[in-house]
Amino acid sequence: MNSLVCIAYVPDTETRIRIGGDGKSIDETDVKWIVSPYDEYGLEEALRIREARGAGIVTVLAIGPERSKTGLRECLARGADEAIWVDATGVPYLDALGTAKALAAAARGGAYDFIWFGQKGVGYDESLVGPMFAELFGVPHVGSVIQLELGEGRVTVHREIEGAHEVVECALPAVFTAQKGLNEPRYASLKGIMAAKKKPIVEKKLAELGIAEADPAQAKTRWRKLELPPARQAVKLVPADDPAAAGKELARLLREESKVI
Amino acid sequence: MKFLVFIEQRDGKIRKASLEALSLARKLSGLPVAAVLPGKGVTALAKELGKYGAGTVYVADRDDLALYSNKGYVGALDAAAKKASPDAVLIAATSMGKDVAPRFAARHDVSALADVMDLRVEGDRLVAWRPVYSGKARVEVDCGAAKLQIATTRPNVFAAEADVSAGEPSVEGLELGDIAPRAKVLRVETSASKELDVSEADIIVSGGRGIKGPEGWPVVRELQQALGAALGASRAVVDAGWIDHQYQVGQTGKVVSPTLYVACGISGAIQHLAGMGTSKVIVAINKDPEAPIFKVATYGVVGDLFKIVPEFAKAVRAAKAE
Repeated sequence: MNSLVCIAYVPDTETRIRIGGDGKSIDETDVKWIVSPYDEYGLEEALRIREARGAGIVTVLAIGPERSKTGLRECLARGADEAIWVDATGVPYLDALGTAKALAAAARGGAYDFIWFGQKGVGYDESLVGPMFAELFGVPHVGSVIQLELGEGRVTVHREIEGAHEVVECALPAVFTAQKGLNEPRYASLKGIMAAKKKPIVEKKLAELGIAEADPAQAKTRWRKLELPPARQAVKLVPADDPAAAGKELARLLREESKVI
Repeated sequence: MKFLVFIEQRDGKIRKASLEALSLARKLSGLPVAAVLPGKGVTALAKELGKYGAGTVYVADRDDLALYSNKGYVGALDAAAKKASPDAVLIAATSMGKDVAPRFAARHDVSALADVMDLRVEGDRLVAWRPVYSGKARVEVDCGAAKLQIATTRPNVFAAEADVSAGEPSVEGLELGDIAPRAKVLRVETSASKELDVSEADIIVSGGRGIKGPEGWPVVRELQQALGAALGASRAVVDAGWIDHQYQVGQTGKVVSPTLYVACGISGAIQHLAGMGTSKVIVAINKDPEAPIFKVATYGVVGDLFKIVPEFAKAVRAAKAE
């Protein structure tokens, strides 16, 4: 069974965000880039499906500037078979619809049973691209998957919702967005890293895919201004020497001062 | 600007997050708005939406909508949009809303403003502030000149304001085409404890490494129960296997904005702060005075949580009993 795994290459979750000179993007100086953590669960599940079936190709797909190739190479080192890079060099911002359109155009013609995304791309945190891709590709999707059982031509998945799981039977091909808890992603082995160097990365130019939204003037949503969150007031410390008094004071502050209990 | 609001219900109860979105639409438009309510046996629920700003409620009340399906629920939204011809659609950013909104948007060849925390109308467009990098920054975004403007609203951020003097909405049934789903929900499994989920809670009490091991949870639980809160956890304790990941608050867990967030023995890694930094009031109890959690906390106690938290729980119970 073949899988397509769409990955975003994003700032490490430990990154301290600084605002860039244009006031609407981040300052990329010293930013360490990683494969978005939720995408790793998708990749791992694709590899496990291939292993369980003893056959199939796992293709990873990314759109972005040159550095995205490093992310793809990491996925190849973990065991993906091949990669597609959509070169979006010089495109400052692609909204969710533009991204989904470009990915769908790049994936068109491929025979994939499973298409994986993370349940959100860490950074933009929109959770839009996966389901949009499904709509454009004309396939069903299940979001926030935490468990998957393989069947014939269909799968049964558990999807996380507020305080419960939905158990969903889904026909293939389909898009799935991966949630933490689905699996424990593997690390790349030294052998895997060596092998990845020989694996192919197919390059496609965004301009050749004919995505109008790749022109920022055509984007359907736009970033106007990026800011750090407003600073919070300094902490009011309650003395701890008498725990009973500290407990009472906390309860009093919450009730009388901030009125939240 | 003409609004249409997607209303979510579960087990015959309208979700608060949807009432928040409806209230917001009413406020932004200045007039009663249209709403769409899919489900089974939901017609009876439509009337209560009037108080929150619905002038017209489009109802898709069918047996095969008893459980969620993307095809059925987006189908209902689509059918309502055809009737109401809205300029803007609001959907609460719940699990269901996050599933419905992007498919609906792509079908109409537009994008969406996701998980917004502030929303306004500027001429013919929606303008929002939304958190990015899990709240480490915020961005002002707009929908450009898109013919249909779509936003999903973060739960617990906007007020659900009832106007008891509002009239009853008119209720209109929807005809749906083929909605047999290719992704079919077979059943919903609720955890036996029926615990409140952090993403829906007004108050959250979280435990971190300071609880020293899974045997430390009862201390945190005591406060959680005293406050009627949801239980949360830091990534460190989830990764250590002390509790299931569904409780994790942070950049790779749930991003929350409760009224009150109590952090017990959580140092406040940037990962965690990103997930709860927009909480209205934050209480931190930690023995390390240098812990970063104190930088975002409203109130702090530098001390042993095993001594402070039980007394805090006792005082909360006493205060509530007054």
